[in-house]
Amino acid sequence: MFQLLNTILIGITAGAIYSLMATAIVLVWRSTRVINFAQAGMALLSTYFGYEAMVHFNSFWIALPVAMVGGAAVAALIELVFMRLLVKRSSTGPIAAVAPIIATLGLLGLIKGLISTFWGGADVRLVGPVTNIGYSIGDKTLAFSPLKLLTLCTVVVLMLLLTVLFQKSNIGLSLRASAYSPEIARLSGVKVDFVRTLGWSLAGASGAVAGMFQTVNGNGAFSPESIEFSLLLISGFIAAIIGGLESLIGAVIGGLVLGLVVSFVLMYISSSLFFIAPFLILLIILFIRPQGIIGVKAARRG
Amino acid sequence: MDKLKGANKLGLYVVSGFILFLLGNRVDELRVYQGASIAVFVVAISSIILLTGYSGQVSLGHGALMAIGAYSAVISRNSFHTPVILTFVIAVLIAAIGGALLGAAAARLSGPYLAGTTLALAIGLPSLANQFSILGGEQGIFFDVGFPPPSLGEGFTQYKWFFWIAALAALISMWLVANILRSRFGRNWRAGRSNETAAALSGINVSRSKILAFTISAGVAGLAGALLSMTIGIVSPSAFPLTLSFSLLTGAVLSGVSTLSGVMIGAVTLVAIPEIADAVATRIGVSERLTTNLPGLMVSTLLILTVLFVPNGPVEQHRTRQARKAAREKH
Amino acid sequence: MTLTVNELTIHHGAICAISDVSFTVPKGQLTAVIGANGAGKTTLLRTLSGLNKSTHGTATWNEHNLLHSKPETIVRHGVSHVSEGKAVIPELSVVENLELGAIWRKNKKEAAESKAAVTDIFPRLGERLNQRADTLSGGERQMLAIGRALMSKPELLLLDEPSLGLAPLVVEQIFQTIRDLTTTMGLTVVLVEQNAMGALKIADQGIVLNLGKVAVTGTAQSLIADPQVRAAYLGY
Repeated sequence: MFQLLNTILIGITAGAIYSLMATAIVLVWRSTRVINFAQAGMALLSTYFGYEAMVHFNSFWIALPVAMVGGAAVAALIELVFMRLLVKRSSTGPIAAVAPIIATLGLLGLIKGLISTFWGGADVRLVGPVTNIGYSIGDKTLAFSPLKLLTLCTVVVLMLLLTVLFQKSNIGLSLRASAYSPEIARLSGVKVDFVRTLGWSLAGASGAVAGMFQTVNGNGAFSPESIEFSLLLISGFIAAIIGGLESLIGAVIGGLVLGLVVSFVLMYISSSLFFIAPFLILLIILFIRPQGIIGVKAARRG
Repeated sequence: MDKLKGANKLGLYVVSGFILFLLGNRVDELRVYQGASIAVFVVAISSIILLTGYSGQVSLGHGALMAIGAYSAVISRNSFHTPVILTFVIAVLIAAIGGALLGAAAARLSGPYLAGTTLALAIGLPSLANQFSILGGEQGIFFDVGFPPPSLGEGFTQYKWFFWIAALAALISMWLVANILRSRFGRNWRAGRSNETAAALSGINVSRSKILAFTISAGVAGLAGALLSMTIGIVSPSAFPLTLSFSLLTGAVLSGVSTLSGVMIGAVTLVAIPEIADAVATRIGVSERLTTNLPGLMVSTLLILTVLFVPNGPVEQHRTRQARKAAREKH
Repeated sequence: MTLTVNELTIHHGAICAISDVSFTVPKGQLTAVIGANGAGKTTLLRTLSGLNKSTHGTATWNEHNLLHSKPETIVRHGVSHVSEGKAVIPELSVVENLELGAIWRKNKKEAAESKAAVTDIFPRLGERLNQRADTLSGGERQMLAIGRALMSKPELLLLDEPSLGLAPLVVEQIFQTIRDLTTTMGLTVVLVEQNAMGALKIADQGIVLNLGKVAVTGTAQSLIADPQVRAAYLGY
């Protein structure tokens, strides 16, 4: 019973972080129809920004916004310099469909390489604002700590903010219209190019939060090759795919489903299935619904 | 006439084999080893070109398929003492079966979904080695194709033997792949790549055609995996990291994903980059950190630049330019 | 305030879609552009709204150069384009589609007035404000597409085949509305139509395009009376 509760709590916290990463991937997909494999690399870079801020100001609450702003800026820069060129240069020809995938993979390698060059490959540490020691119930320790509570709250608040932004504001309407039909958006006066950059920045900021919390929820140490970030890369991506790529709510559901199922598999079947479990979950879900849980049948292009 | 042309092509492969043979005798051990690595990459990259360039499917998981080939080879060799040739055939067959399964799933998925699934496979599959004791866990299993036959003489080194096997395998598989691409199957793949609906309307079973592409590509990748572990001498999960799958894609893009004839460019580049990076680093005397990261940075930068500026690869680019020039001169 | 097109030439790759086309559209008039499939009607309209690039010539509206401007700039100069095929965003609700049209307008009070005006013209949209656009019928979608364009407070309205795929009764209704937009609201309208007869009946002047060139121009009545135009485009 106690173990079951712990499994659920671990799954939900992990899932919340995956949701955030999946949200970043969905935001980019919706604004430029590109699956950004470099998203985890950008999140890693933002976490290093956060780390630098932490070194200077010694406060997580300064580090977090620094990471977010840094992540947003990097994302905007990549969209401006790189994606626009990519769309212009390789939107035709036999590899048009795979060129963006390959290009963002290259970007992932480039970002990781640059990070290793600047900060080195060794672990650096990031400490959370509150303790990660679990709450106690009687003589047992729950797998749920103040830090995990904070993680959940942050994710919920961010997701609510994003939802309000998307559903209730003009910016949100521009973002959605540009995603569904860039041409009609343009004819209605939306500056679609700017909106795309904005979509990327939002994604960069979400990824930064995911990176920061993924790190402090782990053992606090991270490096370009750390397992936390491989996990973030793969899980955020799988969560986005499970959720169907098109909606924020899909990203949240995808993240939670993935987090919970992986947590149960690790607890009750085998802990060495760490990396293969997400793959099997993805395969099963895509076998039932090839377009994801909340996906549209044919992906729209344009 | 067509038959004659085919024979000529075969002759071309025999001639290249002979040139390789001569070269192998003239260079030092390191070069021979690099030659073997190039041959391995030629095989691996041609499997990506077949899949991505011709049938239009993305796979980020070919590292995993290579791992399947490598593990099947080493298990059959170590447990059943199969002869070398049979060992490689088994690697091809079992990887092809894996590819068929993956292809059946892939045929239902469109671009990003397929990329995600294969990416998850690339990360997930090698970790299975820790799950079953027969796979040897993290340390891996030794893989020994045996010494070169004594009839080849005293001075015939182990590396040269690797090079011979790998180069022969590369020539054979290139010849087979080139012929498959020219056949009805190759045409069906290209038709399905450019317009699935139109292909289906003209009587091509698109999903079966896609699964077939995945199967053949996986078989070729399996061969590459077995060859790779032969040159390393060990089969372990760490020999097939995610970066391997990415490198293969890089190699394929550098070669020009849609032209098999460029495959050497990608393979040579992948093998040469660490050395070039090393030379550059010592020449301009950069920091130690940059030195270790330079190869990775160069590969990524090259990949990005290629996608941006020569998206269809240098060979195709050259062809288009020649064609345009010819058209202009005609005027 | 007229739309003036001078020696306009447009290429699609190597193919010349529009060559050396000149015409003027006087303010407050409805001009029908008719012609066979592939005559270049849609290309012409898309170029005027900034979606396509031109190779040669000029096109000005209110002293604004329409060529070499982005669509999002052109709409700010009072030119709204309703593109082909019921140009609404099906994933958004009716009211969101409408608000999209006014998204660039700073004065929110005026935008709200426009919304009231549009729902006045198309009461059916007013009843369905919170439905998703993909639940609408074909005719309602076309109304929504026009309504969205009107939300941008246009002075020049470019309409691309509004009658496409609609039932005859609905077509008549839409055409009547378009006529009213010119007569009562004083809009200048360029109407591209395959349905030549229907378009000429409500139009003030007509332009016949053939293979990218202007074949005939004149008042709508004169075109209807022209035996050649009748034989080639009106079918009797």
